[in-house]
Amino acid sequence: MTANGNNGTGKRGPDLDALRRRLAARGGRQYWQCLEELADTPEYRDFLHHEFPHDPAKETGVPRRDVLKYMAASAALAGLSACTKLPEEKIVPYVTPPEQVIPGKPLFYATAMPAPHGGGAAVGLLVESHLGRPTKIEGNPQHPGSLGATDAIAQASVLTLYDPDRSPVVVREGRMSNWTAFLRFLTPILEDRKRIRGAGMRFLSESVISPAMGAQMRELLAMYPEAKWHQWEPAGRDAAREGAQLAFGRDVNTVYHLDKADVIVSLDADFLRQGPGAIRYAREFISRRKLDGPESKMNRLYVVEAAPSNTGAMADHRLPLRATEVAGFGRALAAALGVLPGGPAASKNVPQKWLQVVARELDSHRGSSLVIPGEYQPPAVHAMAHAINAALGNSGKTVEYTDSLEVDPVNQAESLRALVSDMAAGKVDLLFLIGCNPVYSVPADFEFKAHLLNVRVRVHLGPYHDETAEQCNWHIPEAHYLESWGDTRAYDGTVAFIQPLIAPIYEGKSPLELLAAVQGKAGQTSHDLVRNYWKTQHVAKDEKAFEAFWETSLHDGVAAGTAFPPKVTPVVANLPARLPVALPTSSGGGALEVAFRPDPTVFDGRYANNGWLQELPKPFSTLTWDNAAMFSPATAERLGVSSGDVLRLTLAERVTTAPAWVLPGLPDDAVTLHLGYGRRRAGRLGNGQGFDAYALRASAGLWAAPGLKIQPTGETYRLAATQHHHIVDREGHRAEEESAAANDPGRGIVRAATLEEFRKNPAFAKEEEEEKTSGLSLYPGFAYTGYSWGLSVDMQSCVGCGACVVACQAENNIPVVGKHEVLAGREMHWIRVDTYYRGELENPETYYQPVMCMQCENAPCEGVCPVGATVHSPEGLNEMVYNRCVGTRYCSNNCPYKVRRFNFLLFSDWTTPSLFGVRNPNVTVRSRGVMEKCTYCVQRIQAAKIESEKQDRKLRDGEIVTACQQACPTEAIVFGNLNDPSSRVSRLKARERNYGLLEDLNTRPRTTYLARVRNPNPELGG
Amino acid sequence: MAQIFHRSTNTVARVSIYGSLVALLALSFALYGLSASPYYTDVNQPKDQPVPFSHRHHAGELGIDCRYCHTSVEESSFAGIPPTQTCMTCHSQIWTNSAMLEPVRASYRSGRSLEWIRVNALPDFVYFNHSIHVHKGIGCTTCHGPIAEMPLTWKANTLQMSWCLGCHRAPEKFVRPRDQVFNPNYQPPADQAVLGAQLVKEYQIQSLTNCSTCHR
Repeated sequence: MTANGNNGTGKRGPDLDALRRRLAARGGRQYWQCLEELADTPEYRDFLHHEFPHDPAKETGVPRRDVLKYMAASAALAGLSACTKLPEEKIVPYVTPPEQVIPGKPLFYATAMPAPHGGGAAVGLLVESHLGRPTKIEGNPQHPGSLGATDAIAQASVLTLYDPDRSPVVVREGRMSNWTAFLRFLTPILEDRKRIRGAGMRFLSESVISPAMGAQMRELLAMYPEAKWHQWEPAGRDAAREGAQLAFGRDVNTVYHLDKADVIVSLDADFLRQGPGAIRYAREFISRRKLDGPESKMNRLYVVEAAPSNTGAMADHRLPLRATEVAGFGRALAAALGVLPGGPAASKNVPQKWLQVVARELDSHRGSSLVIPGEYQPPAVHAMAHAINAALGNSGKTVEYTDSLEVDPVNQAESLRALVSDMAAGKVDLLFLIGCNPVYSVPADFEFKAHLLNVRVRVHLGPYHDETAEQCNWHIPEAHYLESWGDTRAYDGTVAFIQPLIAPIYEGKSPLELLAAVQGKAGQTSHDLVRNYWKTQHVAKDEKAFEAFWETSLHDGVAAGTAFPPKVTPVVANLPARLPVALPTSSGGGALEVAFRPDPTVFDGRYANNGWLQELPKPFSTLTWDNAAMFSPATAERLGVSSGDVLRLTLAERVTTAPAWVLPGLPDDAVTLHLGYGRRRAGRLGNGQGFDAYALRASAGLWAAPGLKIQPTGETYRLAATQHHHIVDREGHRAEEESAAANDPGRGIVRAATLEEFRKNPAFAKEEEEEKTSGLSLYPGFAYTGYSWGLSVDMQSCVGCGACVVACQAENNIPVVGKHEVLAGREMHWIRVDTYYRGELENPETYYQPVMCMQCENAPCEGVCPVGATVHSPEGLNEMVYNRCVGTRYCSNNCPYKVRRFNFLLFSDWTTPSLFGVRNPNVTVRSRGVMEKCTYCVQRIQAAKIESEKQDRKLRDGEIVTACQQACPTEAIVFGNLNDPSSRVSRLKARERNYGLLEDLNTRPRTTYLARVRNPNPELGG
Repeated sequence: MAQIFHRSTNTVARVSIYGSLVALLALSFALYGLSASPYYTDVNQPKDQPVPFSHRHHAGELGIDCRYCHTSVEESSFAGIPPTQTCMTCHSQIWTNSAMLEPVRASYRSGRSLEWIRVNALPDFVYFNHSIHVHKGIGCTTCHGPIAEMPLTWKANTLQMSWCLGCHRAPEKFVRPRDQVFNPNYQPPADQAVLGAQLVKEYQIQSLTNCSTCHR
């Protein structure tokens, strides 16, 4: 790729001048998707003009004549396959039928997922179960942390349940063992420990939020007074904890009310995607941006950030700063507001005007503004944000403080340091590692693995036989949350019980069961443990009242009234004195600073073996299956680095090698590295993917560190990014030069305006050409007398989180194809989230556009199918009939939206039995040689229609919810009946901002978009 | 120069050309015949079951309602195969020593399911829903044939797509009053054309023939 490769002048790295020239010469065509597009590389052209650019014959090296022979032979054989008789099938009824189960009808159970990627706070779920088999995760509308929505990781968690690589059995010294043998081993050891009051006994877990586990922890420490409990999470919240200590003198849990905030300033916080309550915050934030009409008001978001985030993409003003510069910005902002005395001057990268405008906006919105500190910023930033919020009178309005969600909040880096030094000193001889993988994820300077081997007895509980399990004497498989009981807290403290959907598939044990065994109470089920704990907590001590509470809580998925009450939490008086004097500074002088971030999909590495998450394109880079060292275009040019170059990264003697990726919008002289890759023992999918950024990470700079040195190795590495796959042609038939000369805006795939422009011209999203072409067709029209389905996508609301992509994959049995096939553009997702940029390379605006089948009324795909495998339904769907499809691929060739996907190979797994469990029984599992695409979840439409017909009534609006719509945290997708003018979707489509994609082709799409409106501050030249 | 081919070659050529056309046609007919034959469709082929359950006895002679065993037929896509417990409601009292019923008792004792051989099977890409058909006035015997006369159950119809479409295109020919749906001895009246048209209107039966009605 010449955009990132050799730029022709002999020097490597992107040729920025050329890119900028092209950007300037684009005339009115303001939106661009990737650097390859700006450079107009041959590979980009190939992807633009062909649905599937790589000719498989070329790839496999099979000559054309042989291809024809094979085709003839397979056609003949395919005919024969139709002659098989249906195989004999068995029907196996129950002996005694369980209550409520009706074969053929799914049941939904409320449960909760403890979400490590959400700071440990839970997401409440309703899980669909088919004959005891959980198949699909939905959000629980009653749960405050979900409100009915989910995120991509929660959606994908059901796949992990069926992961064939999960650890199946208890392992002792590398050999298969069992739980009984483990208990036999444990009993005498614990007797010994009791005599010496638990000396030398240690526990290492992740943050303990489960109240029942917290109680066990306290009981254990009382039972073994000399024992110690340590907590460590690689992407933990130490900074937030320490920041609260600084500002309030105690740890707090911060609850934001984004729906009450008019002005929001994010100090490197990705609050729409990460941290406790992200799903709810996305809903609240967007609720203040939904525009009913020109008179509607909008909130305004300022984001200062070190790496492009989904929150930054929604910003009205975004300022890229290196991670270490954010503290200086915060200090300067606090000083400008008079909250703190002026400290060291902010970096020269902060435009003074920007800072002043932000300060003024905050000042004029006292009580309705909000400053949010980033999870990965140092404690000082958190303390400053707390101080600013307190001074602006936001406390109690847009932000509230409650008790910590954690049972025993500690500084985890210090906790871990204490454990490691005890291990090094030989003071530890019995260590329980509960649900964590420290050998992989602990900062490199702790040398955890070497010290771990000093411990005589090492017991590991984890879902996989991972890097840590390998080094332990005993490994106990950990039960998945869908197969064990437990309890959780939501972002506001609300308790939700984890209710299993299935008995453990393997020999899994929950942490509660392991700890009970250590207490000498083996044999108690996790159900008893949770229930008994909550019985002690329940106010009414009588059995009947508790039973009612327990049943109701399980049914609803939330324990009513358990949210923490907000507490008035004043900022300590001497905060300025408590803040560190010297703010962290970048080394400057062209040296590189590194910023570590958990990966957006596999997080800290724990989801590395989940194919759905691996293949979900990461925001901005759109990488799949890999992580990379991210450089800004200017830095890449200065260093002569191109995307795909393999670099040797050195940070204070620690070394790793990583491929580079050039990403617009990053701050200069900084490199972003995502944690979570380079796993050795994740499983078949995760092993060896990407590089291990933990190898560079030290306890002194968990999230940012100066002094990174890079050295090209001379090798290159192919990264599977999807940004230039399935590109909608924005030029049309006009040649590029021609349209540029005419200042032609091209086709308005993305339409956007500022709030001011929208108020002046509410119909800015309408284009004239559309009026002329609509209605003309050679074919007779359709009547659509009954229902007429349509979908509205609000680009204003889409935060690009990807929950819809994974939800669709789970609902529609969409296969994972692997990195090699993604490189060929063969990823199978039925819905994709296209990212568009506008503006300069350094800090472009970002626009998200989810694209699925448009269900055109004049569908280009239908006319060209020689076998009638894609046909129009009386309700307006373009139906895909898999059993008719012979794989000519004419339809996908003719689809201007590039939403059709072809099974080039047998992508669905037809051989791994454990994966059969996750399949939706209401959707055909497609085989090789078959085309597929979005059906508007036709199985859900039919199921709802059948139910309504049985009750002799018409469908009600909102009765059918597509999988993407259901998962969306911000309600950006709305499905419904267009023949009903009062339906939500009809009302949305009647709005002025409504427009269709490529309407000049007269396809008359049923999926339409609501144009994006941004709310920049006129003072900053929005 | 002598002719290369003997004159008879012409005949051979003609015969083989026309012959092969005829052969191809014959083969097509044969294949079509095969696909419609009971050998391929299993129609009218009683299947051996672990217990020789007789619908003739239970549904015909004893008059047990279909829904006593097929409990979910009005609620679910799947009509339901009775759990062993359902058999034992009667057979813990009567025929308790019958050797024929030993597999049922063994199943109840051991908790291991009986494994019945499926008689009416559809391919996996077909999504048939019992409850809606029953609700719209399609009787059991319309598809399952004279079930009350079957000592061992057999498939009464091919269940091929053309057969499904026969009814989906003209439901008025097959629909019956709702109260007759579970009557295994129902005979359509002479004025089915009149009654059918009336019921189609009353039950709001649509003639659904688009693909996603059955294929998803």
